[in-house]
Amino acid sequence: MSKKMHIQINVNGKDQEFLAEPRELLIYTLRERLNITGPHIGCETSHCGACTVTIDGKSVKACTMFVAQASGKSITTIEGLGDPDNLHPLQSAFKEHHGLQCGYCTPGMITRASKLLEENPNPTEEEIRFGMAGNICRCTGYQNIVKSIQAAAAEMNAAQEAAE
Amino acid sequence: MIPAAFEYHRPKDMAGVLAVLEEHGDDARVMAGGHSLIPMMKLRMADVPHLIDLQDVGGLSDIDVQSDTIRIGALVTQHDIITNDALTAVAPILREAALQIADPQVRYMGTVGGNVANGDPGNDMPGLMQCLDASFTLVGPNGERTVAAREFYEAAYMTAREDDEVLTAVVIPVPSGGYAYEKQKRKIGDYATAAAAVQLIKQGDTCVHAAIAMTNLSDTPIFSEDAGAALIGTSLDDAALKAAVAAMLNDIDPTEDNRGPIAFKKHVAGVILRRAIERAWSRA
Ligand SMILES: Cc1cc2nc3c(=O)[nH]c(=O)nc-3n(C[C@H](O)[C@H](O)[C@H](O)COP(=O)(O)OP(=O)(O)OC[C@H]3O[C@@H](n4cnc5c(N)ncnc54)[C@H](O)[C@@H]3O)c2cc1C
Ligand code: FES
Ligand code: FES
Repeated sequence: MSKKMHIQINVNGKDQEFLAEPRELLIYTLRERLNITGPHIGCETSHCGACTVTIDGKSVKACTMFVAQASGKSITTIEGLGDPDNLHPLQSAFKEHHGLQCGYCTPGMITRASKLLEENPNPTEEEIRFGMAGNICRCTGYQNIVKSIQAAAAEMNAAQEAAE
Repeated sequence: MIPAAFEYHRPKDMAGVLAVLEEHGDDARVMAGGHSLIPMMKLRMADVPHLIDLQDVGGLSDIDVQSDTIRIGALVTQHDIITNDALTAVAPILREAALQIADPQVRYMGTVGGNVANGDPGNDMPGLMQCLDASFTLVGPNGERTVAAREFYEAAYMTAREDDEVLTAVVIPVPSGGYAYEKQKRKIGDYATAAAAVQLIKQGDTCVHAAIAMTNLSDTPIFSEDAGAALIGTSLDDAALKAAVAAMLNDIDPTEDNRGPIAFKKHVAGVILRRAIERAWSRA
């Protein structure tokens, strides 16, 4: 065991402080230490995207970051996007358009899609497929995931226009 | 997949980095985006008792486009390259290549410095940098030195960088003419079965300059001077293309692995190079 470090992170708006070994992977910090179990472990080898979270404005695979690297940063997980009474437009769209079957990939998909829409509020189908290429789904065949993201984009843009 | 224990260092400047490297020698290693190193540590193929995270070191994250050179700091990410319009305006091949690396999440983290310093024959930036005749700036206890990308790679994971040196920047002469980065991979996020970086200059109907480098077809990237020479002075007719492909095949030395047997890799290398030359020519 190596020396524990004082870690300070903000997850979904809440400050968290604890001692941890620097080698702890962020996905375990979230799931096992903080009980934030939205981000999943699909592969643990940086390939599937099920563990995707947003860190300081980047979509990051939480299985490929040490907790020590994340110290001082702000992290958003699927739990920070919406809740059952107040779903994020992407969450509603995935529900509405059958964008999930088993749901295992979904927290990573939606977290990644939220960043994609922030960078490109009006993506084409091709841009969605390219921008979501780091997230693997074993069930849906992606068709309805693309539809869900398109529907959420339209919804979010309409809400934006209404607000202006 | 839990890596061996290590002590974590996050120095604020290069002097701090060099001090840890000096104190711990072989036991210390720098980390940039961690997207090559962390997977290796998780597999316990890399043992790093002292891990030096570069993220807080200033002055390594800029892209500086001058009239004749481009300087890219070691911590510039693939995502930064893709989204930098000034860079794309003068050297579009960098964006074309970066878009073919890994997947969106990895590209937010993977850095140019880590990609070229890693020494993995699968990395795409080393061949690209050889094609562009880039040079790498290294800083160590005895100050700064520069090594040409074409001289940097010795064998898989063996480079001209000394253990106590840090790569701080990549400097690229502003390229001109037509370009293409062409890559064959099994799926998104995969390393190349074969990839080719090509820059060509056309005068009238004649090719007057050609630089060609290949990725993942030997234990280092391959800058094929002969393949480029086969194109110069021609109008890129079929005979010239065949000669360039033949020269390239003579320079590479692929091995059989899960991306296929040697004959297949050579076949793919030929197809990819031909496509890259044709595309670069159409843009020249
Ligand atoms: C799923 C997946 C797919 C990928 N696909 C591709 C691909 O198709 N093509 C491709 O090219 N890459 C690919 N990569 C690798 C990715 O681009 C890496 O991030 C990159 O190669 C290394 O950059 P890094 O900043 O993450 O380096 P790190 O992992 O931090 O470091 C890699 C090595 O370089 C050394 N190093 C890092 N920075 C410096 C420096 N400034 N000075 C000296 N030494 C340094 C480290 O000590 C380490 O040995 C993939 C990675 C993953 C996880
Ligand atoms: S669990 Fe992180 S990418 Fe699969
Ligand atoms: S819904 Fe089952 S993996 Fe995507």
